[in-house]
Formats: sequence, C-alpha cells, structure tokens
Amino acid sequence: MSIDTSKVADTNATTPAKASKPNPIGAAAGWADDRLGLATAMKKQIRKVFPDHWSFMLGEIALWSFIVLLLTGVFLTLWFVPSMGETTYQGSYNQLRGIEMSEAYASSLNISFDVRGGLLMRQMHHWAAMLFVAAMMVHLLRVFFTGAHRKPRELNWVIGCLLLILGTLEGFTGYSLPDDLLSGTGIRAADGFMKASPVIGTYMSFFVFGGEFPGETIIPRLFTVHVLLIPGLLLALVGAHMLLLVYHKHTQWPGPGRTEQNVVGYPLLPIYAAKAGGFFFVIFGVIALMGALLTINPVWKYGPYDPSKVTAGSQPDWYMGWPDGALRIMPGWETHVFGVTISWNVMLPILILPVVMFLLLTILPFIEAWITGDKRDHHILQRPRNAPTRTAFMVSLMTMYGLFWAAGGNDIIAIKLGLSINQITYFMRAAVFIGPAIAFWVTRRWCISLQRHDNDLLLHGYESGIIMRSAEGGYSERHLPISEARSYTLTARGRDEVYVPGSGVDANGVASPKRGVLAVLDKVRGRLSKVMYADNVQKPTREELEEARHHAEHEHTLQAGLDHPAPGHEFDDHALRTAGDVPLRGTASSPSAGSGAHTDDTDQ
Amino acid sequence: MRLLNRQLNGLAGRVSRHRRRPLAGLLVLLLGLLLTGTVYAAFSPSSATAGAAESDTEQIAKGRQLFLVGCAFCHGQNGEGVRAQRDGNIIGPPLVGVGAAAVDFQVGTGRMPMAQPGAQVKAKAPVYNADEIAALAAYVASLGPGPAIPDAGDYSLEGLSDQEREEAIVRGGQIFLTNCTACHNFEGSGGAMPRGGYAPKIRGVEPRYIYEAMLTGPQSMDVFSNGNLSPDEKRDVIAYLQSLENQPNYGGFGLGGLGPVSEGLAAWLLGIGACVGFAVWIAAHTTRTSKGNVSA
Repeated sequence: MSIDTSKVADTNATTPAKASKPNPIGAAAGWADDRLGLATAMKKQIRKVFPDHWSFMLGEIALWSFIVLLLTGVFLTLWFVPSMGETTYQGSYNQLRGIEMSEAYASSLNISFDVRGGLLMRQMHHWAAMLFVAAMMVHLLRVFFTGAHRKPRELNWVIGCLLLILGTLEGFTGYSLPDDLLSGTGIRAADGFMKASPVIGTYMSFFVFGGEFPGETIIPRLFTVHVLLIPGLLLALVGAHMLLLVYHKHTQWPGPGRTEQNVVGYPLLPIYAAKAGGFFFVIFGVIALMGALLTINPVWKYGPYDPSKVTAGSQPDWYMGWPDGALRIMPGWETHVFGVTISWNVMLPILILPVVMFLLLTILPFIEAWITGDKRDHHILQRPRNAPTRTAFMVSLMTMYGLFWAAGGNDIIAIKLGLSINQITYFMRAAVFIGPAIAFWVTRRWCISLQRHDNDLLLHGYESGIIMRSAEGGYSERHLPISEARSYTLTARGRDEVYVPGSGVDANGVASPKRGVLAVLDKVRGRLSKVMYADNVQKPTREELEEARHHAEHEHTLQAGLDHPAPGHEFDDHALRTAGDVPLRGTASSPSAGSGAHTDDTDQ
Repeated sequence: MRLLNRQLNGLAGRVSRHRRRPLAGLLVLLLGLLLTGTVYAAFSPSSATAGAAESDTEQIAKGRQLFLVGCAFCHGQNGEGVRAQRDGNIIGPPLVGVGAAAVDFQVGTGRMPMAQPGAQVKAKAPVYNADEIAALAAYVASLGPGPAIPDAGDYSLEGLSDQEREEAIVRGGQIFLTNCTACHNFEGSGGAMPRGGYAPKIRGVEPRYIYEAMLTGPQSMDVFSNGNLSPDEKRDVIAYLQSLENQPNYGGFGLGGLGPVSEGLAAWLLGIGACVGFAVWIAAHTTRTSKGNVSA
C-alpha cells in the first residue's frame, strides 16, 4: 500500500523533477512497512505526546533499573549453580579454600573471584534491585501525592501495587540464592514466619522446604521462582502498566492551555525517545558506578550458611526492613490454647501487618473515590496541598514506614549513636503509633496553610517587599497582583464538597433515603467526607476575585494623583522581564505553546 | 713428633701466658654477662624487657604503688574488689586470679581506669605507659595465678610453611564465624548488646589485645579458655582477621562493613538521590531549535 516516495516529483516547476537517489534507510523502512504495516501502527504512536516534568521520570528509574536487572541477571545465570549439593571449595579465595559448602555458594564465590567481570555484574545486579524497588516506591508516592491514582487510573494503581509486592518478593528470593550466612539466615527467618501461622504453619514449611529446614530443595525452587516465575509476572505487569499509560495518556500539571481533554508536551519521536533513551544510559551508568565502587553483599566474608551460625548485623535488604523492624519491636505475646502456641509476636508483625498494609495501599483509590463520590475522569494533577487530608494520610503512612524501618536497623543505630538497643525498642513501640498521628496533623495543617497562602496570592497579590508609609504614619507592605497565567494555574482546581448523608437521589431526582447497613455506611461516608474536606480552603469565587481586582485598581487610581506614584517596581527587575510572567514551576507551566509544543487531543 | 710437641707447647704457653693477665678474668665475666643480658633481652617477653632493669619484687612493689593510687578506690587495696551497699552491685570486681593478661588488656587499651561507670567501659587512649602497665600487671598477677600476657610468638604464624599458614587462616575463619560473628559482625565491625552494651569493632585492634580478650573475656565477652579454644586456634582466629585486613577491598568501598543497613542507606541516598537528580536535570533541559529559551 505504500507509495515509493523516492519516485514522486519533488517540484512543481516547469522543468520535470529528477528522481533523487534512493535513501537506504527509507528503502529499508519501506521494505519493512510493506510486510509489517508499521507506518499505520506507528504513525500515531511516534507522535504520542508526553508532558515534561522531572517527577514524571521517577517510574522510568524503576523501568530502566529493571532492564539492567534483566541484563545482569542473564549474565549471572550463566555461571550460577542453583544446587544445595555439597562440594569443597577450591577457587581463588584463600580464606575459604578447602571448606565444604553448597554448590550455590561455591558458584557465587566463583562468579565473584574467577569469572571475568563477575563481581561487577553481581554488585550491579544487587544495586539495581535496590534501586528498582526504591524507584517504584518514589514513583508511587508521586502518583498518590498528585492524585494521579484517581479515575480512570485506579487499575493501573493496583497493577503498580502488584509490581511493588512482586519486586519485593523477587528481591527476597534473590537475596536468598547465594546460600551464604546472611541469605541462609534470611531463609531461616522465612521458615520461622511460615511456622508461626497457626495450624498450617508446619505443613507449609515442610512443603516449601521439601522436609525439615534447610533440606536440599529450597535453593533450586527459589531459583526457578527468581529467574522464571516472578520475572515473567513482572514483565507482563510492566507491559500492562505501560499499555494503560499509553491508553490513558499521561497526566499533566495544571496551567494555561492545559485541560482535561488534552496533553501539552513533546512528541515521543524524536524528543522523548532521546530523553528516555538517554535516561536509560544515565541509570545504567549510575548502577555501573555503584557496582564498581561500592561493596554490596560481600558473600565471601559471610562464609557458607550453617544453621548453627549467625552474624551481628543480619538484616534483610531495605525493602524487607520495615516488617523486620515491626518484628524487632513486637512484645513477646503468645497464647497457648489446646496445646497449640499462637505466636502473636511473629504473626502480627510479619504475617498480618504487611498484608493489611498492602491491601490498604491497593484499595486506597477506591476508598477515596467512595468517600468523595467523584465519578469524573482526572487528567490534570492536583498539587499535594490541595488534598490536605490525602497528603497527610500518605505522610503519616510514610512516617510509620520510616519508624518501622529504623526499628529494623536498631542494632546499627545503637552502636553508631551509642544508644541502648532496649531504649530504642521501647521508644519505637510508642513512636510507630504516635509519630504517624503527629505527622498527619502537622501535614494537614501545613497543607491548609499553603492553601491559604495561594488564596492570598490570588486575592491580594504577592509581597513586593516595598514598605509604604501612609499620611498617618502607618506602615504597610505593598502587594502586587500575580500574572494571569499564574492565577489560572492556581485556580485550576475543583471545589471540594462535603457529602451530606441521606442526600441521595434516585434516577428521577427523587430523594431516596438509605436504610439498614447502607444507611450506616452512608453516615460513615458523610463523616469521612467531613474529615477529608471540611477544613480545606476553597479557591476564591469569581466575585471575590473580581472584587479583589477592583480593589487593586482602586488603590492604583488613588495613587495616580500622588507626586511620587509607587507602582512597586522601583527596585526590582520587572522592567527587564519580557513576558511579565512568573511561572509556577520553572519552564514547565509557562503558557506559550509556541515553537516546539504539541497538543494531543484525547479521544473521548 | 718433637716438632709437634714443641709447637703445641708453644701454643699452650701463649694461652696460659694470656690467662695469667690480671684483667682476663674480669673481661670474660663481663663478656658473659653482656651475652646473657642480650640473649635474655632478645627472648624474654616484652613486659619483662620493660622491667629488665628491675627485679620482679621491685616491679611488683612499683605496681602496688600505682595500684593504690589509680585502682584501689574501686578494686580494693589488695585487689579484693569493692561492693556497694546494695546487694549485688559491684563497684569494682576482685582482681585476684584475673592474671596479667587481663590487666594488660584493660589498661593497655585504655578501658581502665574508666572515665565513668556505665553500660560499657569504652576503649580510649591509655593512661599508663608500657612500663607502668607492666608493673600493674605484675602486681595483679602476684595476687593469684591467672593467664599471663601472651608472647608475640603465641599469635604469629612465623615458622609455618605457606601451606600450613593457609590452613591456619581457613581454620581461623571458621572458628571466627562460629564463635565471634554473632556479636562482633562478620568482618569484626562490632554489634549491639543489650542495655547499651556493645561488642566493639575488632578490625585494626592489635593481635595481642585480641588474644588477651579471648583469654580473659572482658565485660560481656565469654572467656575462650585454652581448653575451649586451644592456643593454636586463637592464633588462627587472629591470623584470619589479619588476612581480612591485608586483602584488598574486592568490591570497592566497604560502607563500614555493617551489612544491609548501610547498603540500603547508600541505595537511597546515593542511588535514588543521583537518579532523581538526573531526572530533574533532564526535565529542566527541554528541546530547543534556537539559542533562546523555549518552553512548553
């Protein structure tokens, strides 16, 4: 179906056009297009527009470190022997020569000392794993703080949560593979966690380990899970995550020219392909540098795993650190019923808490949508201050996470800060409850103050720093109006409405009060809505804004008659500025959709 | 034969002529003394070297004087220990039978005399010099039999073949991982103990003090007596620790040798910090077709 563009006349002058020399790239593209129909498929996608903001690249960090994980992981599988068969080490590392160990550990040593570039690959793989999970979490926080999890992106949020939990599990299985003292201690802990589940615990443990711990099957099984099962799921979910991203189109910050129906930014080709591709190499470089310069998991120092040994500083990798912290500070509660011990001390912090937290995280968008009753699509992001309760909620979750995390490193904190590990434990037991509450309250009030500040900017302008003295001798600071563009940006948000219970109407607009459980739920929803919205500061109304403008103009006219009118720009660089525009966020939100900017209309 | 006899007689005559000199006896005596002294100084333990000029009794007396001034307040005038009024609280434990090794460790690493009571006595710059420590050790050793200060030969691999050295290091590593890492961490970076106590970092500690610590079990540490860990096994542990210090950092900077906590910190602060920094940089530099600023 394609037209050979090399033979089309390239002039309409009187002399006939000569066919230009066939372009080899064009010829190759034509060949491929004839057979694959790429032009039709790509025509739209390569012009896909992405908005420009640093916070939109956080997910990319996760994506690119995942690619590095795949590349280095393939390298490692070429030499790693996933077997618990016993062997005697005869490699290059002197301090362990002649020691009996598993083939898995011997091959880890072999990769570290006898395979060219092996240690670099091992360290890059491990650092990439740390960055992968960390980047997912940072990305998650950005999405939640800006309200990008709202309709229509709730399911993408769920996929993201699944990616986070799978990434964590993938990390744990990888941590357990080398069969050194640290990883063996981790598996031993996992065995204990399984056995802490009532009734089925021992059965589960025997099933997983193929008999009593440690058995001979756990490493081969974890290997299959680590290199096949979870990476497959991760790849599929990453694909789904990105397809949904393309389908929904990217969210954007509010600003002039940006609506719920468009995306303002740059096209994928050539700009975003270059930016994202370049970012991949940056991430690769960062990981390569870390792998080359910073020791991570020096397996040769831990020695082979032996259930009778343990080392101080046995911690999981950071992403498993917070349940470990919960475990460390948990009081030793146990219940004995009918000859069965229920170990609340292990069950609560390890089996129940993480599951509850994960489920809570997953359903957050749905809870929020239920409380707000918001059924609209949202493509314009919210500033965190404009959702004070939601922002405060996530900050309080982060505080709790951070405190549990710190509790997981209690021994290191104790020796490095000269504290008593017992006192740290007692402090943390209270802090994990009090800290989040304080963080919630502080963040919420902080957001509301920032909202007030925005309204001040809109109604009274910005503080010019010029002090005026009135005829009576009173002093006041002169405020100057902010630019139109900035006013637009600040007011580009909805009004929060507190839901009043019992106000439901049916399809015909007739009041239909709810009964029974529904009525109770309705009341709960009303109360939550009140907590969520009642204290928020709403943006000024049109009347208020116009009144403020009239007031400013009135002041201006009053001063017109003065000998020395004070416009307020005597001492700043206002006259030098061209646009007269104070952008909200650097260049990203400036209104000029000029030279390079593109607009992508959403197909609704 | 006559010729031989005459020559022999002549030789004997010459020797006997020298022997008849009045200073000869004195010279031989001096030479002998000098030789004995040198040999003794070369082979005796360091503590004895320091006190070579004085006899044991003098050294013990000097040690007692120092003890009465610096130690007796807590340990009692005869090292019998001091108990507080309340039951079970000991101000200073009795020192009878702790041996010279304990004194050399505690005073030599600056732990004693301690600055203040607390969960754990910290190592600091030593207060006494080597002579004084030797005198204190001699005095305390005189109170009752206890472990002596180990010789340098006790913790050195001198005299072993390369094969034996490697085997000793491997054996020492296994003993270290079995007995020591639970508190001191896998590369001797130290670890936390209950109620503010801690197992100190043992990287960079002199082998003598490590040996003495195993021998005497200071503070919370277990005593690894010779029946428990033979002198050769103690030597091997020290050899393993030395081998760790002497080997290059294969993986790059060690991040304190603390395990996953410092690694996680590095991942977040350096790794995510750098990546987010680059993201900000890339997003801030947007495309442009001319030299002027273009924004979208």
